Amino acid sequence: MLPAALRDAVLAGLVASALALPMLGFRLVDSATGLTLAGRFDLVAWAAGIVFCGRLVIRLLPPLPGLPALPAGTKNLRLGAGWILAVIALVLPFLPFADRNLVDKATLVLIYVMLGWGLNIVVGLAGLLDLGFVAFYAVGAYSYALLSQTFGLSFWICLPLAGMLSAGFGLALGFPVLRLRGDYLAIVTLGFGEIIRVILQNWQDVTGGPMGISGIERPSLFGLSFKAVAPEGHQTFADFFGLDYSADHRVIFLYFLILALALATNLFTLRIRRLPVGRAWEALREDEIACRSLGINPTAVKLSAFALGAMFAGFAGSFFATRQGFISPESFTFIESAVILAIVVLGGMGSQIGIVLAAVLLVGLPEWFRELQQYRMLAFGGAMVLIMLWKPSGLLSHREPTIRLGDPR
Amino acid sequence: MSLPLLDVEHVTMRFGGLFAVNDLSFSARSGEITAVIGPNGAGKTTLFNCITGFYKPQVGRMALRHPALDHLGGELLLERLDDHAINRRARVARTFQNIRLFAKMSVLENLIVAQHTALMAASAFSLAGLLGLRRYRDAERAAVARARHWLDRVALTGHADTAAGSLPYGHQRRLEIARAMCTDPLLLCLDEPAAGLNPRESAELNRLLRSIRDQDGIGLLLIEHDMSVVMEISDQVVVLDYGRKIAEGSPAEVKRDPTVIRAYLGEPEDADLPPELTGGPSC
Repeated sequence: MLPAALRDAVLAGLVASALALPMLGFRLVDSATGLTLAGRFDLVAWAAGIVFCGRLVIRLLPPLPGLPALPAGTKNLRLGAGWILAVIALVLPFLPFADRNLVDKATLVLIYVMLGWGLNIVVGLAGLLDLGFVAFYAVGAYSYALLSQTFGLSFWICLPLAGMLSAGFGLALGFPVLRLRGDYLAIVTLGFGEIIRVILQNWQDVTGGPMGISGIERPSLFGLSFKAVAPEGHQTFADFFGLDYSADHRVIFLYFLILALALATNLFTLRIRRLPVGRAWEALREDEIACRSLGINPTAVKLSAFALGAMFAGFAGSFFATRQGFISPESFTFIESAVILAIVVLGGMGSQIGIVLAAVLLVGLPEWFRELQQYRMLAFGGAMVLIMLWKPSGLLSHREPTIRLGDPR
Repeated sequence: MSLPLLDVEHVTMRFGGLFAVNDLSFSARSGEITAVIGPNGAGKTTLFNCITGFYKPQVGRMALRHPALDHLGGELLLERLDDHAINRRARVARTFQNIRLFAKMSVLENLIVAQHTALMAASAFSLAGLLGLRRYRDAERAAVARARHWLDRVALTGHADTAAGSLPYGHQRRLEIARAMCTDPLLLCLDEPAAGLNPRESAELNRLLRSIRDQDGIGLLLIEHDMSVVMEISDQVVVLDYGRKIAEGSPAEVKRDPTVIRAYLGEPEDADLPPELTGGPSC
């Protein structure tokens, strides 16, 4: 066993050094004679050494004890966990240790939870591997920004419009890729995501190009503004409730806004899973030919999955735009799609709670380790490796049937 | 004698230079089991794929006639319908040679998915379902009742909530038949339903197919290798070889036909023939 483990660890170390050599091994130094190349081979050695040791430890230790498979009667347990998470999310801003920073981070995590839930419809339920999901997020964000700035529409009117526009783009992507599955579909969706980003970057007149769009209108609560001074004919939130103005009000309001949007997404998904459309999505994931033989039109089923998933990304995009107040194509790069997909896969395809946990791990942790600056992506990578070692099929991969014989109906 | 349910006329399916099905004509009737037999590569599965719309034959006509289709003109030409429309409109259901269940979904869910068309209409494309309207709840209850009926018929009621993929092979075969029946077909096409079954399961299958024929009164079209199944339950046998029909008739007629014997066994050497082809006892 030892020689095999050693050989394996050496191989891993070699791969690590090959990867580290170009990435860590050289750096450009600005010296008096101009730019010169300096070696940092000690770092390469460190990287290779760490990977070697880590691999050796993993090989020699007994396999990590996976969580015991959840017994069949865990439906109530999961339901309970869901409610507990929802209650924690509801009271979070009012907890004593919750400062503005924490609420801000929680808002960011919730955006990814919502995106994960949206992508879960496409990837987890319908089984269509989509690597360009961020395109719909971008469409939602730019729809809101442009509609709001061009026509002066409020956030609450733009939100459904942005969702509809994103769903439209989902259909537009869905049509050409209807015949594709698996890897081929992934490549086309990847390209679609890039096309949208490149258009945003280059269509200067409309999207502002790489400069992006700034000064995006912030949302109001039934007309109550969260600004320090209310615009003409409006009241501020603080005045109306007789509070002192605080910038925290808006942060907390935005937090509850995304929480409501995310919970709506969740309720919708939980509900539609139990409807014919949802079951057809899952059936399509399992076997498309059998679906056809049962009279299910795969075109309609695929397009509905693309459109609905994209719609939720559009909602999340509008929220992102209104929260940031500024958007540019840089926020919608491929890495975002990859993170969202990682959340869905690591959460356990199709599991709603798994996606929450994965989003906390993959988005929350790196935010937490922000003090580590550029090394914080190590937390991201580490979380991914650990989950895959511990639960190769995702955090919560148990599937609960959508209907049981003898269920009360 | 009932009118033909399915009329296959001069169907030819060519892949490049290969005639998988060549100028084939036959008919199948409601309330009868029509078996299509033939050596490997005779074009049986290709024929099925033509009838169920997965292939479009280059030549020929496949007409389905039934009083239940009167609102559609009484006759549907299958070669003009998309594969998913063949089940939905012409009400032709099928099973597959290599079982195609929705493996991760439960047995009951498999049977509910089969009723997608009806449930989709009742849920007004999910809107009524999203709102939880009574109309959809009633439709779902009816769908479960129908699924329950078929679970009882194929003796899988006790497995309703297990994942279909974890069932034993014989159960999966029966479930696939139940799933096809849940689409309320007029014609059920079975692609080697007895493949891989042991003799006891095979006998159960025969009982099930007979009960579908006699109780539900629909037509069954059956591809089979297992001669005991074919000889025992079919009312009509069509024998294919190299894509052509070489014989047609009752099981007794077919198994006496020298062309059939030659196709199955090469040159006739009576001594080597298995009992079911020489007219001996067929279990």
